[in-house]
Amino acid sequence: MRIGLTSIFVDDQEKAVRFYTEVLGFQLKHDVPLGEHRWLTVVSPEQPDGVEIVLEPDAHPAVRPFTEALVADGIPFTAFSVDDVQAEVDRLKGLGVTFTQEPLRMGPVTTAVLDDTCGNLVQLAQMHADEAPQG
Amino acid sequence: MGDVFKALADPTRRAILDELQERSGQTLFELCTRLVTRHGVGSSRQAVSQHLEVLEAAGLVRSRREGRYKFHDLDTSPLRTIVERWPPPPPHP
Repeated sequence: MRIGLTSIFVDDQEKAVRFYTEVLGFQLKHDVPLGEHRWLTVVSPEQPDGVEIVLEPDAHPAVRPFTEALVADGIPFTAFSVDDVQAEVDRLKGLGVTFTQEPLRMGPVTTAVLDDTCGNLVQLAQMHADEAPQG
Repeated sequence: MGDVFKALADPTRRAILDELQERSGQTLFELCTRLVTRHGVGSSRQAVSQHLEVLEAAGLVRSRREGRYKFHDLDTSPLRTIVERWPPPPPHP
């Protein structure tokens, strides 16, 4: 068994695909019209055959109360790996992205939390390999 | 105003004030992350939320809504009542 897809609820698929590609820098992988919505996935250009993120419509009435409660408390829905959190934060702020948590070093990891503009907070995480816990 | 002394009596609440002193304007998520990684406080978010309510009632923490997010700020002004009541001696030159 492998992990091929993971999904994130978005309030507007068109806005989401723009944010995830033009701002975050992912690549569109699948865009299949499905009636009112689309089967829409993106991948990292660093791993074009890696895990796809499905930009899933948040049409079910249970989704928004759930995502709004997470956002209010600053809780990220998912996390992406980066080599340099501070560099990404600087780059993304230059593109107008809002952060609810500035870079924070916690032992072997530095994280920051951004707003994806589609209803979610997303964490960026940088592992400091030189200081990974010894096994 | 709630009881400042009661608010300060708990080590987890003092740790929350320490973390807010380092960076004001934190979400509940960031505070919980700091408490568990820096202070070994593995309290649930609900428990931390309740600690924040006690600190807010004492006026030591203020929460503000900014758009869809809620941030917590440190406010040390209630501590003035302590030093006004029991002023420390002037520092020796």
